[in-house]
Amino acid sequence: MLITKLKNQQELDRYFEKELFVFKCFGCKEVYFPEEEIGKLIIAKQSEVSGIAEVDYLCNDDFSKRYIEKSMNEIKGAQGIVVFSCGVGVQVIAKLLEDKTVFPGCDTHYLNGFQGLTVLDCDCNQCGECYLNYTGGICPITSCSKSLLNGPCGGAKNKKCEVSPEMDCGWVLIYERLKKINKESILKDKNTLVRDFEKIIKGI
Amino acid sequence: MEKKSFSEKLKEGRFVITSEIGPPKGTNIEPHLKEADHIKEKVDAFNVTDLQSSVMRLGSLATCRLLVENGFEPIFQITCRDRNRLALQSDLLSASVLGIKNILCLTGDHTTLGDHPDAKPVFDLDAVSLLKVATDLMNGKDMKGNELDGKPEFFLGAVVSPGYDPVELQIIKMEKKIEAGARFFQTQAVYDLKIFEKFMQKIQKYNIPILGGIVLLKTAGMAKYMNEKVAGVSVPDKYIKMMADAKKEERPKVSIKIASELIKGMRGLCQGIHIMPLGWERYVPQVLEESGL
Repeated sequence: MLITKLKNQQELDRYFEKELFVFKCFGCKEVYFPEEEIGKLIIAKQSEVSGIAEVDYLCNDDFSKRYIEKSMNEIKGAQGIVVFSCGVGVQVIAKLLEDKTVFPGCDTHYLNGFQGLTVLDCDCNQCGECYLNYTGGICPITSCSKSLLNGPCGGAKNKKCEVSPEMDCGWVLIYERLKKINKESILKDKNTLVRDFEKIIKGI
Repeated sequence: MEKKSFSEKLKEGRFVITSEIGPPKGTNIEPHLKEADHIKEKVDAFNVTDLQSSVMRLGSLATCRLLVENGFEPIFQITCRDRNRLALQSDLLSASVLGIKNILCLTGDHTTLGDHPDAKPVFDLDAVSLLKVATDLMNGKDMKGNELDGKPEFFLGAVVSPGYDPVELQIIKMEKKIEAGARFFQTQAVYDLKIFEKFMQKIQKYNIPILGGIVLLKTAGMAKYMNEKVAGVSVPDKYIKMMADAKKEERPKVSIKIASELIKGMRGLCQGIHIMPLGWERYVPQVLEESGL
């Protein structure tokens, strides 16, 4: 099980300085979504919303591809995308919309019990403090074997992780993705990040 | 005349030489101290590796203290692989009371690369956040902002890999390390002076001392292995050929020649060298002599 909570207001206000397309994923019965708060936020930011897609199972990339096709014109016109879903949904959209900046609207928290429905190569650790806005929609916790938050270690060879030549270096993927959307400066500008494990241990 | 410290020499702009000691797997530290003693006069400070390659060994902190007691200046390598934020902060305070000032903050190799691949990897902090925490401690606070009773004094360093691809990503991280408190850098082994020169041009703006890394080649096989496996290292074919063509007894001589050629090339580019002899400590004096140091 997992719970998604809206990101803090300050972060959300920064997102909506630009015109955004909104994905709301309310499909999954295993997840609690703060539907009411998301609704209120969207009304408050109405003038900065270029379009909304209310969908289910964003984690399934076949579904997501179809949702994107359906709203392609509005997505093209938007300056960015905000996704209200668990961490998997955000990563799937970021992967499918490579030339767009994709923001996570929620933090995903862990709850004991069954979790995750559609198995994919991207994963959400339910860490409770989504970093995807800093990392081009690729999760540093699950894509880096050391879960590093402040950039790569020196261990990657030919862009592969020191743990195995079969594994991509998550940070190289993050850098290349940010470069594609001319946002690599995010990596320089953000403060030094440190995990908050209390969020996992105590839950919400 | 009082002996100048490693940090004072760097601040004066002198060309400095560091080497390293890899503590043994066990308690037999004496031979390592003797090896260090051979080159003591030539070397400004000794790095002590922290369970290098994730292999369980004698600790870096204890070995650093032994160096202090024997009149060497140590650089305490501390990685985030095996300690959480409580242990890291505590070990930094311990280093301070043991007379250890130079700290090299590293993320650390992954546990799966070593001789206990089933161990839990920690990585609670990383090199950048560890540098920041060490800086906080110097300012009299722990990382939660609690006041310390007595604050440590450190000279903080970090590492950078000039041959990393994409190098821009290394440079972004380097900048973050400087912001977090790094005052000097040691590099991954350099074998290609052109790549190193380009790297130095890119980071000139930071105006921070760089010690170029030197690893003595032992065989052609070692060079090939590094090209295939070791991140950020690429030994040019000409050096591999030189090593392959040398008879077994001539290899140290050829290796010394290669290392001194690289060091001569680096002298105009950076502010020092970091020699990692990997068991060939006995050849370090000759390397330095042939390099004109």
